[in-house]
Amino acid sequence: MKSPIALAVAVISGLIVLLGYFIPSPMLADIRTPMLDWAVILSGVAGLVAIIHLVFGVHSDRVKKEGARQWFSLVVILCFLLTLVAGLFLEPTSPIFQKVVTYIQTPIESSLLAILAVTLSFSSLKLLQRQRNWMGIVFFVTVILFLVINSGLLSFTDRIPILRDFLSGLQLIPTAGARGIVLGVALGSLATGIRILIGAERPYEN
Amino acid sequence: MSSAEQIIGFSIVVFFTILVIIFSTKAVRNRYPPIFRKIEPFNRLKRAIGMAVEDGSRLHISLGNAQLTDPANTSGLVGLSALHRIGQLTSTSDLPPICTTGSGGLLVLSQDTLKTISIETNTRAFFDANHAAMTGATPFSYAAGIMEFIDNSGVNGNVLIGNFGTEAGLICESLNKARVSVTGSDSITAQAIFYAATQDTLIGEELYALPAYLAAGPGYLASLRVEDIFRMVIGGGMIAGAILKIVGLI
Repeated sequence: MKSPIALAVAVISGLIVLLGYFIPSPMLADIRTPMLDWAVILSGVAGLVAIIHLVFGVHSDRVKKEGARQWFSLVVILCFLLTLVAGLFLEPTSPIFQKVVTYIQTPIESSLLAILAVTLSFSSLKLLQRQRNWMGIVFFVTVILFLVINSGLLSFTDRIPILRDFLSGLQLIPTAGARGIVLGVALGSLATGIRILIGAERPYEN
Repeated sequence: MSSAEQIIGFSIVVFFTILVIIFSTKAVRNRYPPIFRKIEPFNRLKRAIGMAVEDGSRLHISLGNAQLTDPANTSGLVGLSALHRIGQLTSTSDLPPICTTGSGGLLVLSQDTLKTISIETNTRAFFDANHAAMTGATPFSYAAGIMEFIDNSGVNGNVLIGNFGTEAGLICESLNKARVSVTGSDSITAQAIFYAATQDTLIGEELYALPAYLAAGPGYLASLRVEDIFRMVIGGGMIAGAILKIVGLI
């Protein structure tokens, strides 16, 4: 069910926004700015819809099903409602409401970050089991090398010009690699945008 | 942006578009059929799609947490195309793919995509809006939500395509039980984490090639060919520029 109207709206909107970047015309800017504002508002509404779906669609369905996990979903729903009511009555800028963020959400996310540090260290140790090829070895050696270089262990090399120049030259290699990757990503992004502009890709079909 | 940069940028976009349209035409496709290199993660993903149909397991696609108004959302849109194609390919399975995101806009689009697949493949009975969910509004709650979401769903293959940050490390922990996990991101941090923590990582522009390798349509194949041409031209230009700089001509 491919709607030609949806396609026309998407292509025309995309072209107006794109041309606004390249052609400095006040008329284009007058059309483009409100369109971008609408996109931001729609994106916010979509976020609200997604949260309502998560709480009252996914988690309320799980509460109805038997199993140990139904209690987790019940906790999610209760916490959501509690935070929503507190936010409505106290307003998000209230110091009491801010404490919910400071003393509950921030510590929980920080603990996840701590788990992440352990998880990544363990994954790095298992890297050579998974990637038994020259790329895996290069990756592993590079990680160790740059950990040592950036740890400050080699700070004495500042007094030895040859070593200092060699290490600063080494530091350029990851930058060059990252630029290559970013270039590929930029070309991929350009291709995706153009596919949408010419209607070859339609993430809005129904 | 200076006027020269504007002209160059506009010319690149126009030239790219013209080439994509030319390479999409049937005459050019038949005369010069596209030949792409083998990418092992895609081969494994195709096998996983086949196995999902045979053994009735489920595939999970995660689209990252870029907002639609964010320039990084193109990787999420590629994930949506992959979801569409994987959904079509697994339509004979009893278990349609499930999808997770960390962005409201991508959730709406992924539910729409699942609905489109069910209409195209006459499997509306299997359509369930809850097969797509935004598992969390912040990066870490999104990661924690994915771990919980796929634990319950009989997932045997994962495709993580989109914009991720350091939370990718947590998500990777929950992928170990699956037969195949193909991961790719436009973020360099996430790519490094994926490479360290999973078997099948797509590096750089490889993630944008996924729909083309899954034979999603001529537009995808054409844009991939044009990407290759542009990459060679830009690479050649950079090398020539470096040589000219060394020689002292610029």
